[in-house]
This record gives sequence, C-alpha cells and structure tokens, in this order.
Amino acid sequence: MRLGLRRRDLVCQQAVELVTDYLEGALPAAGRRRFERHLAGCPHCTEYLVQMRATIELAGRITPDDLTPQMQDDFIALYRQWQAGPDGD
Amino acid sequence: MDDDTELLHRLRAGDEQAFVILVRRYHDAMLRLASSFVPSRAVAEEVVQDTWMGVVRGIGGFEERSSFRTWLFRILVNRARTTGERERRSIAIGTAEPAVDQSRFDAAGGWAAPPEQWAEDIDDRLRAGKLAGRIRSAIEELPARQREVVTLRDVDGLSSDEVCHVLDISDGNQRVLLHRGRSRVRQVLETEFGRA
Repeated sequence: MRLGLRRRDLVCQQAVELVTDYLEGALPAAGRRRFERHLAGCPHCTEYLVQMRATIELAGRITPDDLTPQMQDDFIALYRQWQAGPDGD
Repeated sequence: MDDDTELLHRLRAGDEQAFVILVRRYHDAMLRLASSFVPSRAVAEEVVQDTWMGVVRGIGGFEERSSFRTWLFRILVNRARTTGERERRSIAIGTAEPAVDQSRFDAAGGWAAPPEQWAEDIDDRLRAGKLAGRIRSAIEELPARQREVVTLRDVDGLSSDEVCHVLDISDGNQRVLLHRGRSRVRQVLETEFGRA
C-alpha cells in the first residue's frame, strides 16, 4: 500500500456509501473534503448524488390520501363517544 | 392559522372541529406508520383509532416538550408495537447491504456499470407523475425498518431528531436505515426509468 495522499482517496464503491452521511452533514470535515474531492473528479458519482437528491425530492412530493367522508364521520362519532368518558355511549 | 399548536389548544378546550382537522392532517401518515408494525390494514386502522382516543383522553398530560406531531407518532408507535406481533426490534439494523450492487464496480472499486440517467427531467410533469407513482410503491416495498425511517423523513418531513424520538432509535441507526432505504428506492427508479 502506498502511503501519502493516495491512501486517502476514495473509490466509487466507498463514495456511494457516504452519500447519506454527506447529505445529513454527518461527515467530519476531512471526510467531507475527501468526498467532495472524489465528486469533483467523478461524473458518475456526481450523477449518483444527483439521483439520491432526486429520490428524496420525489418522496417529498407524495401526497397523503384524504380521509373519505365516511371515515371522517366515524371519527366524529368516536370523538363524541370519547368525550363522553370511558363508559360513554 | 391552523398550526398544530393552535389546534392542540382548541382540542384541549374540547373543540370537535380542531380534532377533525388534526385527524385529516395526520391520518394517512399514521396509517402508513402503523402498517409497518402490524399484520393488516384493519389492525393498523384500529391502532390509529386507539391512538386518537389516547390523544383525546390524555391531552392534559402532554407537556409540549416535543412537537405535537412527534408526541402523536410516538404514542402511535408504542401502541403499534404493543399490538403488533413483531418483536421489539432489538436486533440493530440487519445485515450489511451495499447501496449499489457490488457487481457494478470493477476490482479497484470504480464504476464498471455507472448509474443510468433518469433524474434530469423530473420536472417534466408527465414523467414526474410516473416517477411519483412508482416511488410510492418502491417505499412501500422496503423492509419495515427502512420504510419507517424513509417515510417519516422524506415523505412526512420529520427531522432526524424527531425520527429518533418517535422510533426510539439512535442517530447512527437512523442514518444507516435511511441510507439503505433511499439507496434501494434510487435503484428501483434507475432500473425502471434509467437509460445508459
């Protein structure tokens, strides 16, 4: 194994495992610099990071299913029952 | 403004409308979260109802040290765990699982089969519509623990601290589950929509 700078260089297979730590701000400063240095020289890992960001963004666009009117009525009935107390009817 | 805190105060005062707004706001997220702990949708619905009952009856005990949402989800998870057949999952996070299949790298660890493009035109409405439909099912297909974290973080928008509190897991485990979950979802999208 060669000593010096090269020892600290990341390979792609390692870089893809650091993407979440990078996005979460969980990499120490030196690790962050090393990751960014790898990205600067690697279009594939840069694309990979773009895709992870796109994945997160798409997940955020999922809209919740609305309650049906029937379910809403059921909840209102339950609420009134709960309000009436443990033995309420 | 109907923010959670205001609704909470109205709920304390017995305001039925505030209850309805909160149920509408959180029902789907609660149902999805409960579903990962219990065997069927019917049981998940019971857990959600049970949680709301606990909220209505226990609202006086909420000290507002966490957000209402975090408190609500934590009650839900506790009830779902009690209800669910699933063990309190002490086995940390499962076996190691690479973000990208190792066959796609060469012997030196560089890309042999680099990522195929799919993410450039997600703003294109039609395509985004397709992607959005697929991402929902991709998340639903994740292993339960990854699904819980990815859903709470990326779909429901909780912070990492909130997720750790709701699921009672460490920050490190939260990050590992998030990483594996997101990596799998990305792979599904690449497989379906990618082009070299």
